[in-house]
Amino acid sequence: MAGTSKGKNRIRVAGSMAIAACGWLAFTACDKKEPAVTASTEILIGEFGSMTGATATFGQSTHMGIMMAIDSLNTVGGVLDKTIRVISEDDQGKPEEAITVVTKLINKDRVVALLGEIASSNSLAAAPVAQKSGIPMVSPGSTNPKVTEVGDFIFRVCFIDPFQGTAMAKFTANNLKLTRVAVLRDIRSDYSVGLADFYTKAFTAMGGEILADESYSAGDKDFTAQLTSIIAKNPQAIFLPGYYTEVGLIARQARKLGLTVPLMGGDGWDSEKLWEIGGEALNGCFYSNHYSVDDTSAMVRDFVAKFKRRYEGKVPDAMAALGFDAAMVLADAIKRAGTASPDSIRMALAATQGFQGVTGSTSLDSFRNAVKPAVVLEVRDGKNIYKGSIEP
Amino acid sequence: MKNTLHTLLALAALWLLSVGVNALLIHGPILQGPYIFQILMLAGINIVLAVSLNLTNGITGQFSIGHAGFFAVGAYASAALTVYFGPIFLKSLEMFPRSLNEALLLLLALLTAALAAAVAGLIVGIPSLRLKGDYLAIVTLGFGEIIRVLILNIDAVGGARGFSGIPPLTTFFWVAALVALVIVAVHRLVRSSYGRAFLAVRENEIAAQAMGIDLTRTKVLAFVIGAAFAGMAGCLFGHFSMYLHTNSFTFIKSFEIIIMIALGGLGSLLGSVLGAVVLTALPELFRGFESWRMVIYSLALILIMIYRPQGLLGGKSPFRSKRKPRSP
Amino acid sequence: MTVFLQQLINGLSLGSIYALVALGYTMVYGVLRLINFAHGDIYMLGAYIGYFAARVLRGHSIHPLADTLIILTVSMVVCGLVGLLIERLAYRPVRHASRLTMLIIAIGVSLFIENLSQIVFGADPKFFPQLIPEKAWHFSGVILTNQQVLVLAVALALMLLLNLFIFKTRTGKAMRAVSFNLDAARLMGINPGAIIALTFALGSSLAAAGGILVSINIPGIDPLMGVMTGLKAFVAAVLGGIGNIFGAVLGGLILGLAEVMVAGYGSSTYRDAIAFLILIVILLFKPEGILGKGQIEKV
Repeated sequence: MAGTSKGKNRIRVAGSMAIAACGWLAFTACDKKEPAVTASTEILIGEFGSMTGATATFGQSTHMGIMMAIDSLNTVGGVLDKTIRVISEDDQGKPEEAITVVTKLINKDRVVALLGEIASSNSLAAAPVAQKSGIPMVSPGSTNPKVTEVGDFIFRVCFIDPFQGTAMAKFTANNLKLTRVAVLRDIRSDYSVGLADFYTKAFTAMGGEILADESYSAGDKDFTAQLTSIIAKNPQAIFLPGYYTEVGLIARQARKLGLTVPLMGGDGWDSEKLWEIGGEALNGCFYSNHYSVDDTSAMVRDFVAKFKRRYEGKVPDAMAALGFDAAMVLADAIKRAGTASPDSIRMALAATQGFQGVTGSTSLDSFRNAVKPAVVLEVRDGKNIYKGSIEP
Repeated sequence: MKNTLHTLLALAALWLLSVGVNALLIHGPILQGPYIFQILMLAGINIVLAVSLNLTNGITGQFSIGHAGFFAVGAYASAALTVYFGPIFLKSLEMFPRSLNEALLLLLALLTAALAAAVAGLIVGIPSLRLKGDYLAIVTLGFGEIIRVLILNIDAVGGARGFSGIPPLTTFFWVAALVALVIVAVHRLVRSSYGRAFLAVRENEIAAQAMGIDLTRTKVLAFVIGAAFAGMAGCLFGHFSMYLHTNSFTFIKSFEIIIMIALGGLGSLLGSVLGAVVLTALPELFRGFESWRMVIYSLALILIMIYRPQGLLGGKSPFRSKRKPRSP
Repeated sequence: MTVFLQQLINGLSLGSIYALVALGYTMVYGVLRLINFAHGDIYMLGAYIGYFAARVLRGHSIHPLADTLIILTVSMVVCGLVGLLIERLAYRPVRHASRLTMLIIAIGVSLFIENLSQIVFGADPKFFPQLIPEKAWHFSGVILTNQQVLVLAVALALMLLLNLFIFKTRTGKAMRAVSFNLDAARLMGINPGAIIALTFALGSSLAAAGGILVSINIPGIDPLMGVMTGLKAFVAAVLGGIGNIFGAVLGGLILGLAEVMVAGYGSSTYRDAIAFLILIVILLFKPEGILGKGQIEKV
């Protein structure tokens, strides 16, 4: 260490500062106050999602659904006689950014619960932070099973990918009657990789054959290399479990390269921008989803009508519906908990059974996942046409 | 003997400080305590990054813009260790108190990070010998990106989806200790004969060589030491955020560190510390104007480099014009 | 075989874009010895200007080909001016500062443009409208679209024009003189300031052209699209021999082909790495590039 007197002095100074600091703390720390539920008139909930970036419609739609739910609750007095205030943060669709905003929501804004995210990768990044801080997190739309495995403070109100992958495999084999499929997955997304794996497992178990398994990276613009390889193997369809921006671009490039067979995917396709990006290249393609706008049930029709009224004619997509349901489930849990303390909310959430929502009835199993049916939609001329439901 | 005593005293002081900080910010009465704590931790990590980069860039004059690569190597190597061997390690030491075990594990992780990053520094440093100025900068940028892409393709550390499940072992003590270490180390290094060699290489390589300085050894040493510290910063970072994604280690991160040391003054130790702290804390004030933050930073960088290239605390400008007369 | 030919076409398409952007890098480096990091962002600006110009033209379309040429010209001119502006405001004040300072400033300019664009244009990707109705020709399994043909043709035309300008006009000769030895050129009566400004303008307009051409084939544009492309184009310039016009074109084509081959036959996640790998190999073994001349440093 420092042999000079200057060095010695430095250490002495540092040491005495530290001791002084601790001395002072000894006085103040005695009076430990829990930064917790105060007697304020608000319940603070944090929302995080991708409001900008390549998956911007996910965050924006979810936000619209959440706000519609919360506002409807606040107009009738809120929950536990307090108004619910939602603090929204944009994670730009990046997992490391999700960690930053969730940490800020928990540490700075002191929210008692979190709503988010849609993309499984972002949920997986943020969940450990929520779990460690003891703040319950309800994901409206992350379907990768690993999300809720992070811990008992993490919940979701949607189905998971083992189910979704099997559902699409069943659809491919039984409805489309195809046996030779290629897979093109997004290697940046836990969701895409997971769903591709579950689909492959289910499809091969049903006797189907996966001819090719190529990958791309979200953010890529040029997929001609992978598509050329796939086309050379002559598949009857391509399973493309990615997010809508790349899906649209891939569809276009695939048609340009002469591919005529259908493309199939999962709920990551669901966005109003899908048609805008992919256009006619998407005609005759299918994807699984959480709900269909054309559902004739009273609850859905009512939701769609109210949504259109509030948001100037915009048609709610699955993320909006899931956001709505997630917010309602959370609010209901707070009510059942009787107090806005994070741990009580957690217990109430875990006990959620039979909650009727736009995306179906939400009952959380022991893994804190919801068991719900999936719908299959066909893309045609800018519309998503209901083709059928697949029960869990 | 005296040195050891002083080191132990310093560590004890740091430990007391960390106890104090924890008590005050995490369990204390300040509502925003945990938030301030988070900023302190990140600032500490950035200080280590800035000071270590300053050693390579400011003091030895080797313009490296691939520092994020060493940051990444350290982070991922140490995280892989704790995720895959941590549980076994902790189990075998069950009889000892948990906090001691975890501290030991983190120490092991830090050493791994330093070693891995040092090796990376060696690999980058050796080609750097032959190149100067712009070319060196671009090669280091290239290496930084290659490191990132390589990590991106290793599924065992999460690949393109990120590495999760890293145990949160970083505490204020470790960050403070590493900050203290890097500052003391660089400070003493600069005042040693090695330091004089670094500075000589920065000022004029040919003259330095003529004076008998081994260019190879000096430059490589600068790279390796800088890299090792960056690696250790990476270890603490990974074990703080519990998640790693290569998005955090692109050349944008390298540029951010460059901005920190340029702002503070290349070659100035205190300047790097200042630059790091300012650039960590300032964004928090701009939380609402997130998108404007980088616009303002870059504008500030341009203006500083035009009007005050030696930065806030840079002494004699190391930037006297290096324009060599062009040969006909 | 058809797959290979298809990848070849893909590679040449990509390569000609890199070549266009690399030309700008190489020219600016030639006269200023500066790596203009902001160059890739000019490419991005070119694409965006084209996007807005296309939107304006939507209602008054004349003919697909004419539309494209109009948009191309508008974008090239505007970006040329932007290049001039950058040179004047950011690089001219520090013309005599150290290379390191200029490098940092270049980084600053690049970050500034990228982040400002994210605010002004929005960070979400936008989609270039399809100006030319698509037509594809099939040659025994290999597909060539009219868009690809257009891109290759325009890129080639621009490169030829540049070549003519640099080697057959007096101003071109002045540019070559300045890049060879600025002080001697000044002694010969050439105004280096004007030449440097012209170089920036020219390089920037070529980058803008690259941005438009790439958007015709791959319609997604976003404010950060210039980052990777810029870096790779720089690698291409170094590969071919920085300061050398033909080198830039050669480097661009080689890089484009290499990248597509790696993505097609290897893994797409490595496609970015191949550029940097090439860079490091070249700088280690032949730093002056394929067509460059070695420089001996005299003491």
